[in-house]
Amino acid sequence: MQIPILKLKNILLTSIQSDMTDDDALRYQADVVSFLEKSDAKGFIIDITAMDIVDSFMARVINETARMARLMGAKVVLCGMQPMVALTLVEMGRELIGVDTALNLDKGFDKLLEMISEGVD
Amino acid sequence: MINITDKCIELKIEDDILIARKIARQEMADIGFGSADQTRMATAISELTRNVIKYAGHGVCHIVTESSSEEIRIKVEIEDYGPGIEDIDKAMEDGYTTGGGLGAGLPGAKRLVNDFSIESSPGYTKINLEMSRPNV
Repeated sequence: MQIPILKLKNILLTSIQSDMTDDDALRYQADVVSFLEKSDAKGFIIDITAMDIVDSFMARVINETARMARLMGAKVVLCGMQPMVALTLVEMGRELIGVDTALNLDKGFDKLLEMISEGVD
Repeated sequence: MINITDKCIELKIEDDILIARKIARQEMADIGFGSADQTRMATAISELTRNVIKYAGHGVCHIVTESSSEEIRIKVEIEDYGPGIEDIDKAMEDGYTTGGGLGAGLPGAKRLVNDFSIESSPGYTKINLEMSRPNV
């Protein structure tokens, strides 16, 4: 299963679906970085609205993908985390998500535009 | 009267991780566990079945649910015949990993469920997870 990567003005948008195997996750990561190189995007949104399970492997993939995008000069926002996923990640006891977050795609988009215009990290 | 369901999922390929956690979630929903508990257990199963695929190659995930008028309960047993966990205490520490992960899998899974036990020797590892709630 391939995750579509959409370009909207100077922003890349991906929406990860819930049932993704580990291989899918790693392919997604590679797709994002090669797309970033070609697109010259200033911002990158990872939407996880459809994910009802985020385990430590998935959290690692999301974190790493965000860091890779940052290294390539894009601002990154993660959005759409479901309440039960947030609850589980915190209960698991470690800071598993170390990236800027927003409640939903709408707020994530605003936040990203702000970060791009202010040039903050 | 107690209603019991019993499912057994063979763990051979990555897709089986998704199948195991999906079945657990469905079984829990069927007997009345809330979505927070479903997510906790499914996440714990995801962590542990991945370990089986990654370190042992193959194994089995056994999911039993029990429901009576007083209580709902899920028991999950994950077994493999892989190399075993050399130092369980160490493996249960936050941040310890031999496989390049976050080192959050085992201790994280333990925090998500009510009961967690693990036995391991070279050639056999078994992890038990259990969760129960009053039936309201």
